[in-house]
Amino acid sequence: MGLLRITSPHAHGPQHTPRVMQKVLLATLPGIVVLTHFFGFGTVVNILWGSVVALLCETLALRLRGRSPGFYLRDCSALVTAFLLGIALPPYAPWWLVAVGIASAILLAKHLYGGLGYNPFNPAMAGYVILLISFPVQMTAWAPPRGAGDIPGLLQALQACFTPDAFDGSTMATPLDLLKQNDSLLLQELWAQSPQFGRWAGIGWEWANLAFLAGGLWLLQQRVFSWHAPLAMLASLSLLAGIFYDGGGSASGGSPLFHLLSGATMLGAFFIVTDPVTSAVSVRGRLIYGAMIGALVYIIRVRGNYPDAVAFAVLIMNFAAPFIDHYTQPRTYGHQRSEGRE
Amino acid sequence: MRKISGFHGGIHPAQNKAQSSQTPIVFTGIPPQLVFPLSQHIGSAARPVVSVGQRVLKGQVIAEPVGFVSVPVHASTSGTVRAIEERVIAHPSGHAAPCIVLTSDGADEWVEHSGVADYRSLSPGALLERIRGAGIAGMGGAGFPAAVKLALQPGKKIDTLIINGTECEPYITADDRLMRERAAQVIQGAQILAYLVAPGETLVGVEDDKPESLAALRAAAAGSAIEIVEIPTKYPSGGEKQLVEILTGRQVPSGGLPADIGVICQNVGTAAAVYQAIIHGRPLISRITTVTGAAVRAPGNFDVLLGTPMHFLLERAGWDPGDRQRVIMGGPMMGFTVASLEAPVVKTTNCLLAPTATELPTPPPAQACIRCGMCAQVCPASLLPQQLFWFAQGREFDKLEQHNLFDCIECGACSWVCPSNIPLVQYYRASKAEIVHLRRDSDKAEHSRLRFEARQERLAREEQEKEAKRAARREAAQQRAKQAHEGSGTEEDPIQAAIERARAKQAEAQQGAPDAAQAAIERARQARDDRASEAPRDQARLQLEKAQQRLRVAQAKLAECRQSDAADQVIEALEASIARLTEKVTAAQRQLDAAQEA
Repeated sequence: MGLLRITSPHAHGPQHTPRVMQKVLLATLPGIVVLTHFFGFGTVVNILWGSVVALLCETLALRLRGRSPGFYLRDCSALVTAFLLGIALPPYAPWWLVAVGIASAILLAKHLYGGLGYNPFNPAMAGYVILLISFPVQMTAWAPPRGAGDIPGLLQALQACFTPDAFDGSTMATPLDLLKQNDSLLLQELWAQSPQFGRWAGIGWEWANLAFLAGGLWLLQQRVFSWHAPLAMLASLSLLAGIFYDGGGSASGGSPLFHLLSGATMLGAFFIVTDPVTSAVSVRGRLIYGAMIGALVYIIRVRGNYPDAVAFAVLIMNFAAPFIDHYTQPRTYGHQRSEGRE
Repeated sequence: MRKISGFHGGIHPAQNKAQSSQTPIVFTGIPPQLVFPLSQHIGSAARPVVSVGQRVLKGQVIAEPVGFVSVPVHASTSGTVRAIEERVIAHPSGHAAPCIVLTSDGADEWVEHSGVADYRSLSPGALLERIRGAGIAGMGGAGFPAAVKLALQPGKKIDTLIINGTECEPYITADDRLMRERAAQVIQGAQILAYLVAPGETLVGVEDDKPESLAALRAAAAGSAIEIVEIPTKYPSGGEKQLVEILTGRQVPSGGLPADIGVICQNVGTAAAVYQAIIHGRPLISRITTVTGAAVRAPGNFDVLLGTPMHFLLERAGWDPGDRQRVIMGGPMMGFTVASLEAPVVKTTNCLLAPTATELPTPPPAQACIRCGMCAQVCPASLLPQQLFWFAQGREFDKLEQHNLFDCIECGACSWVCPSNIPLVQYYRASKAEIVHLRRDSDKAEHSRLRFEARQERLAREEQEKEAKRAARREAAQQRAKQAHEGSGTEEDPIQAAIERARAKQAEAQQGAPDAAQAAIERARQARDDRASEAPRDQARLQLEKAQQRLRVAQAKLAECRQSDAADQVIEALEASIARLTEKVTAAQRQLDAAQEA
């Protein structure tokens, strides 16, 4: 009788890449719900339309590369990119903006480098930066939060996406914009003057960040990623914000809490920085990688030209990840110190 | 309470031990035919000492060891030698190897044997000889000859003797049952080993998922100096290097042995075998093997005679094979699938696992590596498996070695956690084999180059010597002709004289000697003298060359052995022979000098 020959190990653990990706998708839901509550259906439309484009682009790229789309689409990585970019884009973005961003992410940032696992840059962030540089007006038009302006309905959201010329939505500066532009008011005065501010940070923003934090903590509990990179990022961001808080004067960069709950901080910390493909791999490497992103986020937010900085900080550190890996190879069992240094 | 150190990484796979651990060990019985591979251990194969048709008794040596890292093979029951031929053995490659085939006679008649009630009456050397003579080779799975491990190297002090009762692989319960039912044998074996090694302390490490074993060992060890240490259940804590770290907090240096840091590790099965060998004089002819998996109806542990064909053992356990059946020798993490059930149970067969397709499904196709790093988190050697995978795919062998591929113990933890089902261990095994192959090739090329260069040098030297002799003869002949010419007193030939002058000038220009003719005469004289003493001198030179050649070969061999991590004994032997050859070369040189002077 013929016996089956397979190499060891014969047993396998419970983790599967598609399941990991599905968990990541699931963990974004609280944040999406909060964003929708405060800013309307713009984000949902971004995500849905983005997902369609992402799946089409992924299928096209896989076909061009001679891979079986049926097998590789199952890893859900294209959907993760669509979700993350859809969340990061301003709500009520025109359809072509989403499409260009997703196509850049999937085709340029991912498949040109060899597809999942081979991309040196986080596809969603690469797509975001391409859009930010190419279409700064559309990319900085953020809708006002509930309480500070009118919230468009679902129909209006669809209209904004697919017939952008006919859509007449209002936009408002985000809290990070306001803080950056401020050079004369004490923080307290700024807070009192602008309707966008809430209890700790911007209205809506603070809750969205807390929701992404909750999703991230669930992923942590599910062991989808380790705590090292996110914690290092949040710690270094808080540390710098604390050092340069300046008592809330007019030159203040904002409080640590403000930075933790503003912009894409939590989305970045738990959904972008934790992207395993583009980050450093060893524990020490991930600590360095996360901490550097946190520092860059603060520096760009306060000193740079753009109000939010997660995308730039992540891309810069994506560049540095192989370099960090090279210098943080762990000490192998039975060796005096880590090797591979020259 | 002893302080337990951890080790990096590790996993917690489903244990699946309850299926086979609940019932007592059962004797399998005597199969009609048994097959004894000549190599059931690491090291050189044994040499048969029986002939076809010969009747042998149970426990009789049928093949004797060759070299130091080798052990004898014993018949596990009485019967007749049917054949000595190639048979399929249990090996990952499924290849055939020389075996002694025995037809049992059912009498199970023992050869004369005797043990020693008081092992302390024997010297360590005599004990070691008995352990080696009993054919005991590491029973944890690697099959390293126990006596070689126990043979202490001068200057190496052993402070800790570890008896490994961890059995961390899922499914396997052979050591568990052994410890539960024969704890006294394990402890007595450990005491014999402790007497032999004289360590500061003797520890038995057992995972905390075997409470019955722990209790049995503690009861058996009560009042002795042996300490039973309960360690947390985690795979692969039973790996020798991992267990050493858990119990001593020290790491075995890369490429080294536990003895380098004062530790010797032996399996509980080995300890029990040592007890049998010393106290009862019984060689290693049977072992406890777990037969488990959903494709057997009655999983359990079997006391099985070595040489028993696997199908015989499986049938005893209610073998019920499905389509595309897999039979794994060893556990689900590190075991290998056997090619044929005709292959016999050997000293390292701790488990036969026959899973159904639903129990251990065939792996799905691998997806892309997303560099999640889970493999690095679980790697007990603190390697970066995802980087190794990357380099293995690109065949970047330098990078693989730089990232310490050879410290991989192939435990399979990385493949187990990999969410993309990448067969990582398989990549590492293939790369290791390829690197070893390349190294051997380059060593061979280097060896050939040395030999070629030596030959070229010798040929050139010989040619030079011949040329010198020819020149000397020519000069001498010319000189003689000249003398004869002058002696005859005939008229000078002007043409001949001109030629002579031109030649002299040429010689002068070439050699720069003030008086070429004078020099030529000197050389001719020398040549004449030389010819007289040519015979002894040539002999001496021949001897010198021979000795030099042998020295070069030995040096090349030593370099090769050092590269391939050969056993210390081999290297020592080579070093000794090099010293001897160096002496010979000096002696030959001296002789040659003497001959030349004479």
